Amino acid sequence: MSPIIKKASLFKKILYRQAGVIPIVEILLLILLIIIPFFVGDFLTIIITRMLILALLAISFELCWGYSGIMTFGQGLFFGMGGYAVALFANKADFVQLWGVIPIGLIVGMCASFLIAWLLLLGKRPPELIFIALGTLTFSYAAERLVAGWYWVGGGNGMSIFEYLRIGSFEVEPGRLFYYIVATILLLVYLTSRFLVRSQFGLVLAGARQNEKRLAFLGYKVQKFKAIVFCFAGAIAGLGGGLYAHHEGFIGPGNVGIGISTMAVLYALFGGAGSLIGPIIGVLAIESISFTLSDIDAVRGYWPIILGVILLVVVTFKQDGLLGFVVTQRERIGSFGILKATESKPSETSQHLKNEKNDSPS
Amino acid sequence: MIPLLEAKHISKYFGVLKALDGVSISVQENTFHGLIGPNGSGKSTLLKVIAGDHYPDEGNLTFNGNDVTNHTPELRAQNGLNLKFQITAIFPELSVYDNILLSLQSSESFWNLVLSNSRASLHDRIMDTLERFKLVDRAGSLASELSHGLQQWLEIAMAVIRKPKLLLLDEPTGGMSPEERRATGELLLPIKKDCTLIIVEHDLEWIKDICDNLTVLDQGKVLDDGTVKHIESSQKVKEVYTSRV
Ligand SMILES: Nc1ncnc2c1ncn2[C@@H]1O[C@H](COP(=O)(O)OP(=O)(O)OP(=O)(O)O)[C@@H](O)[C@H]1O
Ligand SMILES: [Mg+2]
Repeated sequence: MSPIIKKASLFKKILYRQAGVIPIVEILLLILLIIIPFFVGDFLTIIITRMLILALLAISFELCWGYSGIMTFGQGLFFGMGGYAVALFANKADFVQLWGVIPIGLIVGMCASFLIAWLLLLGKRPPELIFIALGTLTFSYAAERLVAGWYWVGGGNGMSIFEYLRIGSFEVEPGRLFYYIVATILLLVYLTSRFLVRSQFGLVLAGARQNEKRLAFLGYKVQKFKAIVFCFAGAIAGLGGGLYAHHEGFIGPGNVGIGISTMAVLYALFGGAGSLIGPIIGVLAIESISFTLSDIDAVRGYWPIILGVILLVVVTFKQDGLLGFVVTQRERIGSFGILKATESKPSETSQHLKNEKNDSPS
Repeated sequence: MIPLLEAKHISKYFGVLKALDGVSISVQENTFHGLIGPNGSGKSTLLKVIAGDHYPDEGNLTFNGNDVTNHTPELRAQNGLNLKFQITAIFPELSVYDNILLSLQSSESFWNLVLSNSRASLHDRIMDTLERFKLVDRAGSLASELSHGLQQWLEIAMAVIRKPKLLLLDEPTGGMSPEERRATGELLLPIKKDCTLIIVEHDLEWIKDICDNLTVLDQGKVLDDGTVKHIESSQKVKEVYTSRV
C-alpha cells in the first residue's frame, strides 16, 4: 500500500467514526420535510401528511421489534383503536379539539397495549418470540372482526368524521397547517424515542436483544423493560391512529387489523430495522412507490404485485433495509456510556501509526 | 461461623440422568472455594443451581442466611450472587465499556436509567476496573472483537465491578495460554478481601494456588472435600484423577 492510500484510509476511518451517517440523514430529512409543502400543491401535501402519520405507526413498530425484540402484529390494533376512540368522541360527543385528540389517542393506545403486554409478556416464564407474534396477530384479527360486526361503531362501513379537527373554534382542514401539526408531533415523538433508545434504559434493551437470559443473571427484570417499551410504542400508535382518523375523516375495520399491522412491519424492514430513521424512510419510500405506481395507467391493474415484488427483493437481499446502504451495523447499535466508541480512536490511531513505523524498516 | 452459602443434599435430574446426586457444599465468607472433577461430573450444573439457572429437584440452598431455593435468578443477582458462565456470555455487539456499564447499572431505578442520570458518575469506577483488567485500550471496541482470553476477563470484570458477595466462575481460564492463566490468577487474588468465590477448573495445579478449600465432584456426587492440603493427599481423588483425566 502506498503511503497516500494509507493516509486516505486512515482519514476516512477518523471521519467516519466521528461523524456518523445517521445524524446527516436525520438533518437532511428534517430539512426536506420542512420545505416540501412549499414545493408541492395541497393535494400532495395531504398525501405526505398521511405518510407522516403512518411514520408514527412505523416508529411504534420499530421500538418493539428493532429495539426490544418484540415481534408484534398488534401495532395496527393500537393504531385503529386510537382512531376509533377519537371518531367516537367526534360523532357521539361532538368533540374534535386537537388538545383532546392527542391525549385520547395516546391513552387508548397505551391502555390497550398495557392489557396485551400484561397478557402476553408478563407471565411467569419469558415468552417465545413466536408466541408474541401469534398472540398479537390473533388480537388484531379479533379486533378487526369485532369492529366490522359492531353496528354502534359503524360495522363494516366504518365511521366517518364530518367535522374538521379544531383548535379552539379554528378549523384545521387537511392541508399545509395540518401537515405542520403532524410534522411537529412526529418530530417530538422521534426525539423522545431517540432519547429513550440512546439512554441507559436503551442500553438494557440493546443487551436484551443480544442475550436476554444473561441480562436476567445481571439482575434485570427483562420482561418489565419490554412491557414498558411496548406500552410506550402502543401510545404512539394510538396517537397516530387518532390523527389518521381526523386527517382522512374516516376510520374503518381496514385500519385496525392485520393489514395495517403488516404494513408497519414492512415499513420498518424496508427502511431499515435497528434505527428510528429507517422506518420513516420506509414509509416514505413504500407509500411514494405505491402512489406513483397506482397513478401510472399502464400498471394500474398490477401495481400491488409490482410493489410486492420490490418489497420482497429489498427485504430478502438487503436485510438491513434501505438505510443499510449508508449506515453500518455498528453505528446503528451505537454507544451508551459517556465514553463513546469514537473516543478510543486516539489510542487506536497511535497504534496504527506505531504499526506503520514498525512496517517501514522491513 | 454461619457459611455464606450452604447447599444441602442437592439433586438434579435431566430426564433419567442424575446430574447431581445429593451434593452438599458449604462456603465461608471471603474464601475461595474450588470445584473440580472430571468432565460431566456436574460442576456446571451445581453452579447453575446455585445461580438459579436450574432449580434443584431435591435439597435446598441457603445464601447469606436466607433460603433462596426458589428465588429467581434476577432476585439472586440483586442480592449479590453472580455467575460467569462456562461459555462466555458477554454482549458481543456492545462496546467493552458498555458491557461493563450494563453490568454495573442494574440496580439503578427506572427513571435514573431513562434519564441517564448515573452514567457520568459511574464512569470512574468503570475506567478503574477496565484498567485493572487491562482492557482500557479496548474500551471502545466491540466485545466480539476481543480475543477469547480478553473476553473471559471482560466477563470477570463485569462480575467483579458489581461487588458481589458471592461470585461463581465457571472455567475462567478456559482456552487460555499458560501465561494468561497465571495473569488471571493474579487478577483474582486481590478481590478476596471483599468477595467470596467459587471457581470451577480442570487444572488442579492452577486452582490449588488460589483456593483455600476444594470440593471434588465425580458423577454427580461429592467425592471428597476439605482444604487444598487434604485434597492433595486424598487417595480417593488421586484414583479418579489418574484413571480418568
Ligand atoms: N441442560 C441439560 N440437559 C440434559 N443434560 C444435561 C444438561 N446439562 C448438563 N447435562 C448433563 O449433566 C451432566 C453434568 O454436566 P455438567 O455440565 O454439570 O458437567 P461439568 O462437570 O461441568 O463438565 P465439564 O467439565 O465438561 O464442563 C453431563 O452428563 C451432562 O451431559
Ligand atoms: Mg462445565
